[in-house]
Amino acid sequence: MLRVSQLQTCSMRRKTVIRLVAILLALAFAALLLLFLGHNPLAVYASMLDGGFGNAYRLRETLTRTIPLALTALGISLSFRMRFWNIGGEGQILMGAFASTFVGLNFSYLPSAVLLPLMALAGIFGGGLWALIPAFLKVRFGTNETILTLMLNYVALKWVTYLQYVAWKDPKAYGYPKIPNLEAAAKLPKVFGIHIGLLLVPLLMIAIYLFIKSTKKGYEIRVIGENEETARYAGMSVGKIILGTLFVSGGICGLVGMIQVSGVNMTLNVDVTNDVGYTAIIIAWLGQLNAVAILFASFLFAVLLEGGSYIQTVFQIPEAAASLLQGIILFFVLGSEFFMRYKVHVWEKTDIAEEPQAPAAAVKEAK
Amino acid sequence: MVTEWFVSFLSAAMISSTPLLLSTLGELVTEKSGSQNLGVEGMMYMGAVIGFYIGSVTESVWLAVGASLFAGMVGALIFGILTITLRANQIVTGLTLTLFGTGFAGFVGTPIIGQRTPQVIIDALSKVRIPLLGRLPIIGEILFNQDVLVYTGYALVIFLAWFLRKSRIGLNGRLVGENPAAAESLGIPVMAYRYAFLLFGGALCGLAGGYLSLAYVPSWQDSMVAGRGWIAVALVIFSKWNPTRAIVGAVFFGGLDIIGFRLQKFNLPISPYLLDALPYVMTILVLVMDSVSKKSVNHTPKALGTAYFREER
Amino acid sequence: METPNIVEMRQITKKFGPLKANDRVDFSVRKGEVHAILGENGAGKSTLMNILSGIYTPDSGTISINGTIHRFHSPQDSIAAGIGMVYQHFKLAEALTGWENICAGPAGKAFLNKKEIIQKINSICSEVGLALDLEKRVLDMGVGERQRLEILKVLYRGAQILILDEPTTVLTPQETLCLFTIIESLKAAGKTAVIITHKLYEVMQISDRVSIMRKGKYIATVETAGVTQKNLAELMVGQAMQMELPHVCVERRPPVLQVKHLVIDDKVCMRKIHDMTFDLFGGEILGVAGVSGSGQKQLCQGLTGLQPVEAGEILVGGEDIAGLTARDIYSKGVAHLNFVPEDRLGMGLVGNMDLVDNVFLRDYRNSKGIFLDQKKAVEMTENLVASLSIMHPGIHHPIRVLSGGNLQKVLIGREILSEPQVLIAAYPVRGLDLGVTHKVIELLNEQKAKGVGVLLISEDLDLLLEVSDRLMVLYCGQISGIVDPRETTKEELGLMMSSIDQECCHA
Repeated sequence: MLRVSQLQTCSMRRKTVIRLVAILLALAFAALLLLFLGHNPLAVYASMLDGGFGNAYRLRETLTRTIPLALTALGISLSFRMRFWNIGGEGQILMGAFASTFVGLNFSYLPSAVLLPLMALAGIFGGGLWALIPAFLKVRFGTNETILTLMLNYVALKWVTYLQYVAWKDPKAYGYPKIPNLEAAAKLPKVFGIHIGLLLVPLLMIAIYLFIKSTKKGYEIRVIGENEETARYAGMSVGKIILGTLFVSGGICGLVGMIQVSGVNMTLNVDVTNDVGYTAIIIAWLGQLNAVAILFASFLFAVLLEGGSYIQTVFQIPEAAASLLQGIILFFVLGSEFFMRYKVHVWEKTDIAEEPQAPAAAVKEAK
Repeated sequence: MVTEWFVSFLSAAMISSTPLLLSTLGELVTEKSGSQNLGVEGMMYMGAVIGFYIGSVTESVWLAVGASLFAGMVGALIFGILTITLRANQIVTGLTLTLFGTGFAGFVGTPIIGQRTPQVIIDALSKVRIPLLGRLPIIGEILFNQDVLVYTGYALVIFLAWFLRKSRIGLNGRLVGENPAAAESLGIPVMAYRYAFLLFGGALCGLAGGYLSLAYVPSWQDSMVAGRGWIAVALVIFSKWNPTRAIVGAVFFGGLDIIGFRLQKFNLPISPYLLDALPYVMTILVLVMDSVSKKSVNHTPKALGTAYFREER
Repeated sequence: METPNIVEMRQITKKFGPLKANDRVDFSVRKGEVHAILGENGAGKSTLMNILSGIYTPDSGTISINGTIHRFHSPQDSIAAGIGMVYQHFKLAEALTGWENICAGPAGKAFLNKKEIIQKINSICSEVGLALDLEKRVLDMGVGERQRLEILKVLYRGAQILILDEPTTVLTPQETLCLFTIIESLKAAGKTAVIITHKLYEVMQISDRVSIMRKGKYIATVETAGVTQKNLAELMVGQAMQMELPHVCVERRPPVLQVKHLVIDDKVCMRKIHDMTFDLFGGEILGVAGVSGSGQKQLCQGLTGLQPVEAGEILVGGEDIAGLTARDIYSKGVAHLNFVPEDRLGMGLVGNMDLVDNVFLRDYRNSKGIFLDQKKAVEMTENLVASLSIMHPGIHHPIRVLSGGNLQKVLIGREILSEPQVLIAAYPVRGLDLGVTHKVIELLNEQKAKGVGVLLISEDLDLLLEVSDRLMVLYCGQISGIVDPRETTKEELGLMMSSIDQECCHA
């Protein structure tokens, strides 16, 4: 018979081992699926890895994909730490992209050195303000943030669709719904062949790591996430902290929007996010909201995504397989968390009915 | 002419409300027992693609519908094992289910994009006029000249409204969602009830997806569910976990969904693309109004979203 | 011939990890009697009864009901054997009605016939002399009603043996008398009652026999008529121990806290504090008595800025802080008003964080710049741990593993670090055993000697009577009176804590 008991603590080592085992099990499970569909799983995985970083070009592509994932996940992790379930990353990226494109299109006469920072600022404000809406409603009225941020994602998406198909539609695109490309001045410079957003990743990672661990504001965020009542009791202005943190969280996502527009697409369209907003949530959770772990997880997912589109060409497996695999991995990881909090004992049923006569008999013997 | 437009509009609204209604009722039942499954969108996708696939292979409407029910249940089962037995975080698990379901639908569905539902099935799910009631002026056309799944929606509303209040299982399930410790102490198997309500809810969500691919569109397209699963989650809150209010909300939002296209006839200055955002904006307004209203009694099942840890014996 | 034993538990042992909650306990109850189980916190009485009601399974030992050995694998088995447990913390669904809470469960007809069910419950009511509005939602019920509901719940399932777990904790002395009347009626109707308690006074009043447990072991069973409270106390704690808690006499100083015409409403606009006026003097412990729901929570939160204030003044050191937020009260540098909340691992401490993070909660703002002064935090923690002899597995371990007593030391220790002038301690010794209680009271007395004004809120009247210099009784958000503990009686207090019309007090 199985008995479950709670664990008081779980060492970092045990946690890491459990997660790795979960990921391996997930890959094994997916391998079985691939086998079932008639593919050679090892070949597929090898191909995925090859497609992910098999040569310099592909590595650059993967890193380009890693950047928005990592940055968004880092941004979201801030709000998650406060148990504010901000799943509006998508919308915040979109609104940041929108704001920076607006600047990019209308101030293209400015030199790069001025235009780019302006666009970045616009992006930050776009995303930050978009995140402030649910934050304010939650603080003021207690509205459920999960649904709210989700709905705002769709509003943002529809807004960008409108821009792409109507308001900002490029008349020179032969009827194809497209927003005009940005001028060269609005393009992000490159380093190592990848846009400079790359440098932002380790910077932000360190900044957030230090922020959460060693600063006063970081401490406040942690306390609020653990217990809002305690935070209030300690005199923290919980509402202000939530608003501030969400602005930063959304601002980071908005900046990602700007980076994607200015470094990758050179225009704004409905696919600018590529579902990063949702994937980043999962990465943030996988990384246990820890900045370093998030970085690794982002890279892993980017490899999966890049490899996914590669195997589409090679094996005719639909790109959606990458999402499927991500889902499977996360299911296993979620399930594995059980073993970080509980211990399972295999327990033999003890015979609870003792013979009442036995002690008396024993006493008789002793006499 | 206006009456004609209205009747045609409302009749279409009933149809477009059905996937919303089914998934809302499904999530409502799930939440009544304490589980918050945000994977509605994912389960709808799973139901849509599996229902469509089985339908095109077998050309049997029963098998197709059954398959979408089953697919929804499988999704719910994954959620259940993770959150009920393994006590994982419900929000993240629900989001993952959506990711998984969407990916699954893309994976299975990409090769068959554009394929049409077999005519046999389309015919089976076409409008059927109910005798007598269907002959009533106006409401006869709107309410009683619909396909069988729309009628299923009505039946479910009536059934659930009654069942949750008047049956023992309904009461026990509600108790599980309000105070699982109390339920346990009365001998109610908490986990079993949560699973049961969850699977029932998942089946309905799968059915909602199946309706989209088999009857509503009716072919396989990319991004078919288009966020309806999320509106359903909002609708559950909007309806205060009451099946009768759920149908009102579903029809309202179903109407909003199709109004953009229909208003084009009147050459309104608002772009249909912007009107597309209306359902989502309305949901936000409803949510906010609900939380602002001071006198609203909290109908949320008290144990919603929490895992239940039964003390070791 | 002796009345047969309706319940017989033999050699019951139950371990939770290394802890032996029950160590070869023998326990028997005669049919039709009222039997009290007496013991301190942690004596094992709840565990024993949880075994009897099927929540736990014993590691060894037997249970017989009416002579037949039973094995209970779940509460259902126990219910089937005629045992009904009335829990201390009610297991009720607030959104559902009384009758729904009673009849829920796997047994019974598949479809609920409301009329039939209510009829059945009403007949039980008349049989045992209970009255309850069954169509009311639990949400709208008061504490006494909810308890009656719990009793009906077990009677509905055919309970012949009722176990009541600390039933009077949340009741006023008058409601307690009401409960005792019900117990007498149950006895008259042929039922058997087992009462788990640690209150000697009540044992003397209501029980026929009493069994004493101590540290997991069964000690003895005596006829209530043949013993005194002192006998029982000795049996309970094991030695003729001084029951008294230390009370120091300190010269009273000018008031550190003056509350004038305070009015507080709660979130749903219900008036919780009506026009309250009192002074708290430096160098005194002002006890606050009252049934839960009398406004203690709102008072604490209003004084500390955690709750908005409708009207009135709160003067600390002459300055009015009424209506200010906790944040403002801090930043004003007003002589500190520190609060030791009842919720140790809720409001006061964060269970998942370590000692250092918790101790630093009040002081972190003083670190210069944007970074936390980690060195200072660790220093503070180590000093605190040393000076109060706090047992812990490591200062970087999550603190939820600490015992209740150690948690309380951390909490109070932290609050007095900032040298407050006013210390509000809410239920500081709840759930703690006698030894630790002494230590905590010592800490409070030390503060008193320094000239601090201590507001001590507790539900334990004995504690308040022994420790306070003055005793303030609250009822329904108003002060019923402020008395000298050495001159008053528990009966007088009980009257001040309630009235005939008990409408407004619910938990």
